[in-house]
Amino acid sequence: MAQVPLTVPDEVKQKMREALGLGAPVHIQYLKWLNQFFIVEPQFLIDWMTRDSLLFGWLPDTELGMVYDAELQKLVPQQRNISWQTRSPIMDIVIQRIPQTLWVVGLAYLVGILISLPIGIYSAYRHYSIFDQTGTFITMVGFSIPPFFTGPLLIVIFSVTLGWLPSIYDTTHVVNDWASFKYQLSQMILPVMVLALQTTAQISRYMRASMLDNLNQDYVRTARAKGLKEGVVVMVHVLRNSMIPVITVIALGVPSIFGGAIITENVFGVNGIGQLLITALFANDIPMVMTITFIFAIMIVVFNLIADVLYGVLDPRIRYD
Amino acid sequence: MTDTEINTDEMEPYAALQDKEPPKAPRNQWLDVWDQFKKHKGAVLGGGFLVFITLAVLLGPYIWTVDPQKLDIRNKDLRPIWTTIWDSSAKILWHRPFGTDNLGRDILANMIAGGRASMAVGWTAMLLSLSIGTAIGVAAGYFKRADGFLMRMTDLFLCLPILPLLLVAVTLFRQPLRANFGPEGGMFILIVVIVGLTSWMQTARIVRGEILALKEREFILAARSIGTSSGAIIRRHLLPNVVSPIMVSATLGLAVAIITESALSFLGVGFPSDFPTWGKMLADAVPRMEQYPERVLLPGIAISLTVLGVNYLGDGLRDALDPRIRGR
Repeated sequence: MAQVPLTVPDEVKQKMREALGLGAPVHIQYLKWLNQFFIVEPQFLIDWMTRDSLLFGWLPDTELGMVYDAELQKLVPQQRNISWQTRSPIMDIVIQRIPQTLWVVGLAYLVGILISLPIGIYSAYRHYSIFDQTGTFITMVGFSIPPFFTGPLLIVIFSVTLGWLPSIYDTTHVVNDWASFKYQLSQMILPVMVLALQTTAQISRYMRASMLDNLNQDYVRTARAKGLKEGVVVMVHVLRNSMIPVITVIALGVPSIFGGAIITENVFGVNGIGQLLITALFANDIPMVMTITFIFAIMIVVFNLIADVLYGVLDPRIRYD
Repeated sequence: MTDTEINTDEMEPYAALQDKEPPKAPRNQWLDVWDQFKKHKGAVLGGGFLVFITLAVLLGPYIWTVDPQKLDIRNKDLRPIWTTIWDSSAKILWHRPFGTDNLGRDILANMIAGGRASMAVGWTAMLLSLSIGTAIGVAAGYFKRADGFLMRMTDLFLCLPILPLLLVAVTLFRQPLRANFGPEGGMFILIVVIVGLTSWMQTARIVRGEILALKEREFILAARSIGTSSGAIIRRHLLPNVVSPIMVSATLGLAVAIITESALSFLGVGFPSDFPTWGKMLADAVPRMEQYPERVLLPGIAISLTVLGVNYLGDGLRDALDPRIRGR
């Protein structure tokens, strides 16, 4: 309504609002929004999957999102949630952006986990050794330096001074041969490094603390006393018990992958979900903000549930009755 | 019978039970804590740096009396004085030790003023989140009826992603708060309240756990048996016993608040543009960091070192306050 010219009289504006459904009671508006979000948009998602995606493209086109228009005598798409900035359906934009975010942030999360678990295990096993001291110091530094400082710092070092890596993530880059794949890899290194530093710091601290808690327990002495090899004691008995809190931390961190790293995406120009959210906020694009935050909310609930279920799998004492 | 009666007054105690030396005077537990704390080098350094930076931003404006807002366009883009070590042709002035920015504002004065904003936000948000966290933790641990509801609420708040929430809140509430409290005051209230409201959950969980364990101990039973009211039990007997976990989570809260404030300023939704903070100085310097890397490095290092110091302080406090580790 903000774009309506000032010359339009107030009563006409009021009629326009009512025509848009703004006069309806709140619960009606809410039900309509639910219908839009949970019934209409998934239909378009299924359509897109059966038409364009690699995985399900071989299926016949479902055309669930189409309705028959009696006036035009043909199938037309249903009304969708429209972004105020771009005037295109919001879910289409979100689906365009998600691969960028998943590639960069998800890869960084994986790399972070793969680095942090061994560091955490070994520094707990050799408590107060030099490795532990340096590991603790590095994770502490990674924990303390905010990404909006590490980002520019790495850009200055690796792309300005040394000139090895590009400083901006080129989203339009298409991978079709070896050279372009190498370029894609090189442009992903910096953002992945920045994000992985954070993940590594956080998870290896948890891993170390929870290993330390378990290493002094009685069952570890029992396991050693009955003659198990040291590797089996640490990697099977202790590790499995100390993974319980760490798995929760890892699972609870997954929604933040989909949420995107707002700051890192901003620094390196990755146009993922986080960047979409912040541009939508600056542009006052309320439908877009609502959709993205609602997707975050669903993700968070789902992964909390997954973390709870994993608890039960890892620790048979925990039962949900 | 009188002959065989044992005179208990003159009987020697068993030799093995005798003290070889006179008993030592009892030590205050905080002295023990301090002894353990001193062993943690990083914690002492971190705590020292935090004290230094707090004093520097508090007393700095009285020692370095340059106005951070004053424009001196003729002396813009000065390099810091240490640039002369490797580059004798660099443009420097000795009374601008950290150089000036692209509008000729003194960077040292800006660093001090920016630090004031960051530390003020950090300390206030930390105190707010501590008081909320302690109150909710105590209530949930002590009053069984409130436990379920309060802990579910804590779980709910734990799920909130802070940065997106802050961004949404800033867009929604910026205008009314600015109208009522002025541009700086409004932003300060907004950031402090939101950081405080989204970071109390860890404190609440830890405090609740401690209170649940303490509540069943004999001294609480004794206090209740002589008719102490719930409020007095909480104030006199429970709170002093949960001071140590509260102190540890206080340091974490301070670090989180400082980083969140800088991140907001970096994204350009924090304080108004003429109000220097470390995050904003960093953000402003990023486009020209090839020519003037020190303008990125100085505020960045200030933020990082402060947060690092706070984190190390928290680590050392945790070790020092845990009696199981003490003496190792």
